[in-house]
Order: sequence, then C-alpha cells, then structure tokens
Amino acid sequence: MSLDASAPRQPRSLLNNARVRGLALQAVLLLILAAFFYDLALNTMDNMATRHIVSGFGFLWRRAGFEVSFSLIPYSGEDNYARALMVGFFNTLLVSAIGIVLATVLGLVIGLMRLSRNWLASRMAAAYIETMRNVPLLLQLFIWYRLVLSPLPQARDAITIGSASLSNKGLTLPAPQFGPGAWMAWAGLLAAVVLSVFILRWGRRQQEATGKKPPTDLLAALLYVAFPVLFFSAAGWPVSFDHPVRSNFGFSGGMTLVPEFMALLLALSIYTAAFIAEAVRAGIAAVSKGQSEAATALGLKPGLAMRLVVLPQALRVIIPPLTSQYLNLTKNSSLAVAIGYPDLVSTGGTILGQTGQAIEVVLIWMVIYLTLNLLTSGFMNWFNARNRLGGEVMA
Amino acid sequence: MKNKLITLILGTAAGFAIAGAASAGTLDDVRQHGFVQCGVSQGLMGFSVPDAQNNWTGMDVDFCRAIAAAVLGDSTKVKFTPLTAKERFTALQSGEIDVLSRNTTWTMSRDTSLGLKFAGIMYYDGQGFMVNSKKNPNVKAVNDLAGATICTQSGTTTELNIADYFKSQKLEYKLLTFEKNDEAIAAYQDGRCDSYSTDQSGLYAQRLKMQVPDENVVLPEIISKEPLGPVVRQGDDAWFNVVKWVYFALVNAEELGLNSKNVEEMKKTSTNPEVQRLLGVVAADGTAAGFGIGMGLEEGWAEAAIKQVGNYGEIFDRNVGKDSPLKIARGKNELWMNGGLQYAPPVR
Repeated sequence: MSLDASAPRQPRSLLNNARVRGLALQAVLLLILAAFFYDLALNTMDNMATRHIVSGFGFLWRRAGFEVSFSLIPYSGEDNYARALMVGFFNTLLVSAIGIVLATVLGLVIGLMRLSRNWLASRMAAAYIETMRNVPLLLQLFIWYRLVLSPLPQARDAITIGSASLSNKGLTLPAPQFGPGAWMAWAGLLAAVVLSVFILRWGRRQQEATGKKPPTDLLAALLYVAFPVLFFSAAGWPVSFDHPVRSNFGFSGGMTLVPEFMALLLALSIYTAAFIAEAVRAGIAAVSKGQSEAATALGLKPGLAMRLVVLPQALRVIIPPLTSQYLNLTKNSSLAVAIGYPDLVSTGGTILGQTGQAIEVVLIWMVIYLTLNLLTSGFMNWFNARNRLGGEVMA
Repeated sequence: MKNKLITLILGTAAGFAIAGAASAGTLDDVRQHGFVQCGVSQGLMGFSVPDAQNNWTGMDVDFCRAIAAAVLGDSTKVKFTPLTAKERFTALQSGEIDVLSRNTTWTMSRDTSLGLKFAGIMYYDGQGFMVNSKKNPNVKAVNDLAGATICTQSGTTTELNIADYFKSQKLEYKLLTFEKNDEAIAAYQDGRCDSYSTDQSGLYAQRLKMQVPDENVVLPEIISKEPLGPVVRQGDDAWFNVVKWVYFALVNAEELGLNSKNVEEMKKTSTNPEVQRLLGVVAADGTAAGFGIGMGLEEGWAEAAIKQVGNYGEIFDRNVGKDSPLKIARGKNELWMNGGLQYAPPVR
C-alpha cells in the first residue's frame, strides 16, 4: 500500500478498522475459551477436593507391582507406573506402525484388483472390501484371536525348528544380545543412506542425458543390506543369542511374540486395508482416462503406465483419506484391551484400577493419542504437499 | 456490540458459579426417584447375574434389594447398572449410582483416596487359583505354578496380589489381563494361560460354566484377604448410615432368629427387646425405639428388608451356599457365635 503523503489524514477510530476489529473479536473469543477451560479445570479440582478424591500426577513414580505379558523395553513389577505406561505406549506404537505398513500394501493390492479387468479378481476384491468394511472390528478381532489360538498346539507339543518354537504361548525365538560395537550396524545403515542418495541422483542424471537408466535402484537396495552387515562384521560380530529353554509351562528366556499381538495386527491391517483399497480405487478413478490413453499412445506397457503416469496423479486424491485411515488404525489399536494385548489403554487401565486416578490416566491417554495422531497427520500433510499437482510447474 | 459481549461473559461466568454447587443427600434423591441405583458386576454367578428377562439375582443384588425395601418399602425398586471393574468407582463418584454392590474388595487406598466409604463386609473372600487338571496334572499347589501364564481381569486387586505373592515366593510368572472376565475365561479354556485367578468365590462360580467343570481344580492356597462389601460416596453420612445398618440388620436378624417367613409373626409375639427395637415394635405404653426414624427411615425398615429379602444366612444360602449350584460352605462367613466372622453391632 502506498498512501499519498499529501492526502489529509482523517482521525480514524480503531473500531472502524476491520483488521483491528477482527483481531479484537478473536482475542475476546480466545479469552472466553481459555476462561472456560480454566474454570472447568478449577471446578473439577475443587469438586474432587470436596469429595476427598486424591488427585495429581505423583502416582506415576510409585511402584507399579504388576507384570505385563509383552514388552519392548526392559520392565518388571518393580518399576514405576510411568515406565509401565511407556511399555504400553511402545506396544501401541509397534502394532500401529507395522499395521499401517501392512494395511497400505494390502490395501493397494486389493484396490488395484478391484479395478482389474479380470472378472474374478475384481469380484474377489469387491467381496473382501464389503465383508471387511461391514463387520465390526471388535468382532473381527475376537475371530482372529480364536483363529490364531485354536490351531496352535499346547506349549508341551510346540512345533520346534532349531531353537525357534511355535505354540499357543506364542512364537519363541532366541533373543539377540548385542555387545559393545553393535552401533556399527547403525553407522553402516547411515552410510548406505548417504551413499544411495548420491547414486540415485547420478542415475537420474544419466537417464536424462542418455535415456537409459543404470540399475541404481537395485544397487541402492543392495547397499542397505550390505553396508550394515559389512560394518557389523568389521566390529567383530558383537552379538550372542539367548536361547529359550523349555520349562514346565512353555519356555523361559529368549523372546516371545505373543499370539495377542499377531491377532491384533492381523485384525487391524486386514480391516483397514478394505478402507484403503476403496481410497486407492477412488484415487485412480479420479485420474482422467486421457492420461492412461496418452501413456499407452506413448508406448508404455499397462504396468508402467500405472506406475509412472496414473498412480502419481492418483496419489494426491488418495493421501487425505489415507491419512484418516492411518489415524483410525492407531486409535483402533486400543481395542487390544479386549484380547489382553498390553497396549497403552490396557496398561493404563490397570493403573487406573490400582490407583483410582481416573481423570489423570484418561488425560494421559488423550495427550498421547493426540500427539501420536498429530505427528502422523503432520507427516502425511507434508507428504501430500510434496505430491501436489503443479508443484513443479510453478517452480 | 460491546454490551452484548459483556453480557455474554457475565452470563457464562454466572453459569459456572452454579455448576459447582453440591447435590442434595442421596437418601432424598433415592426417595425422589423412587428407586435405588445399584452398581453391580456384568455377570458373576452367585453375586450378580441377569437372566434372559433381565431379572438380576445374587448376593450383591439381594443387598441392593434389601436397601430398597428398607428405604422405599419395596425390594423391586432397584435399577441395576452393570459395570466393569475399571468403571465402578468413577460411576459411584460421579453419582451415576447410589451404592456400589459389586464384589469389591475393601482396601486402604480405596477407602482413603477415592472419596468413597465401605459400609461393611458382605463376604469374606480370598484370592485363589484354578488349573486344568488334565492339561497340568502336576500342579497341586500355587508354588507349582512357577513360570506359568496366569489370566485375570484387569482393574482389580488380583494383579497386585499375584505380583506380591509370586515375588515373596521368588517365583517367575507371566500375567495376561483382559478387560472382561469372559475373555479371560475363554483364554484359560483355550490353554493360552495355565491358570486363572480371581477371588475364590468367583473361581467356584466360573468353574460351573466350564465345558467340563470337574477337570478344573481350585488350588488350596488363598493368597490374599478380600473383604467384599458395598461402597458409598464419602461425605454423605445419612446414606452411609442407611447402607451400613441395612447390612447390620440382615446379620442381626440371622443372629436373632428372624427370617423372611417368621418376621411378621415375631414382630407380634417376640418379647426379646432387641427384636422389638430392630423391628420398631411400639411398646404397650405407646413408646417406640425410634431407631428407624432417627436414621431418616420408617420404623418398619428392617422388617421390610428381612421379609422381602431374608436375613444374611438366607441370602447366603440362596445365592452361593447350600441351596445354590455353587454350594460354597459358610466358612468365614458364618456368624461369629458359630465360629465365623460375621458380626454386627447390637441394636441398642
């Protein structure tokens, strides 16, 4: 804006300035909202005090005293409640992360099958989607739990291959114990990442210059495997294995993947894949037919046309609904309580039962799920922005 | 514009000021509603189970019926709310129920830090273990369970009891906790866990629901004290007194030989002053004990409860004792004069 300096300045009230007015109104609304929540918190604390209900987060540092069946971090009943919650948090994270990967792969395959011109494939995909989408997840979870448990033998008749064994106590494997120098494997992975960036960039330049693509994808993939192994060997292979031993009731030592985890993972990924398949179908259907016709006209085979022309364009339609499915999967993992997988809600529930501090535990649950999901959607939004149409045209 | 905003702010603030006000006494609320809101379990044979017509039976249920009879004169005026172990205290704290009668263990932390009060001990219990004798023929005692996977319901005292006991015995174990008892039992029957643990009364109840009850053995050890009783909100002394004395009245009735069949007769004929005081008999000179009225109830409060529900012994025998499928012996729940722990202060 450039104001003519010679123009007579009118004395104007701030109230007439639309910008100031807007800001003031928002500030007032924010203040009311803050007052509302402040009052709510104060009121709750006041009511709890008059009803002699103990509150506060001090309980987190008290001894938990209960065991959990599955943990990624070292934990025993001697640890405090905060650590028990951590155990649950990591268990939630584990099942959600693996579930998201599985659901995405499965969803993509089913979605493509649904669009296939092969009658059988398309019908089968449709049947899968309609069945899985329309049966409540909790029910599916119970069914999977029974399906996972019932064919598995009792611990005493466990199926054993080497020192790995499978029974209704879970899949028991030797647990690797890493010695000093094990970090070298991570260093190898890091080196592979750095090197592969350069190789891929070189490959792209080669393709642009000569029209021929050197096998850089394969090379990069090889690096990811070879470097960590190489570095690890250089460190003198600092790993030993804690082999499980048979005891009266199954096995002790080693590490065990409990059947609850497998059932939950199966149920979550198979259920969510049905929704993702629909998102994939919608995304691909949204790409104009002319695009695949043009790709065919250029001589691209159907597979290549799908991978190089259609899917990249479909992605921007797929990502927003995909994000909500990822969030749903994370939240749905809390159904774990039903089958005894010690996730965040399950361990939190035990703590709630022992301490009776319901409001605090529920608050912790809310904050953790909110943070987890905000991070997921933050990442997906970033990914979506990167794939937006016209991003390169504008640049 | 400005004025409207100010009105809005003041109006909201005024709204909050009222929100914090305390509610009236529970006794008045119950009278006003015309029924007692009673929190029970989602289904534990002998304590609280619904049938197909949603008729509830069990010891915990009968206790709520006795309260309804004493307060409202009608034992059917009860609304039962099934609660999970996790929900139960919050439901009571928030006023959703008037009394929690859900095989709940009286512990120090629950009594002192939750804003709740235990009104008595309806059932002296202890935690035990059950194993399948076919799958695990060598397990004869809890100490044989070293390394075993144990299933239980979450949100209860059982997890902590197991941890304490196994630690003191230096035994290893794995714990699998389920939100609902039925799921824990199903996992036990599938052989996912080697043992199922809960209060012993619960073990006997669950055992009857097993495919082959006789295969399942309750181990002899009891590893904890589990005094189960009704709970009310702290700070409502009138209601606390009512619940506490309904329980005492049921125990005193058994001690005094009053039961659902003879209570009307005894009211007319008994010359025992304690019976007369309990039943609110008006003496020849027109004076009454006035204990019921002093508590805020009718004089016939105890008579209504005993007549419609029965004395403590009748409630026990009907639901968990010799007249029930559970056939649990009176044991510690026998009256004090018969060597048990059930003891009520005198009506004086």
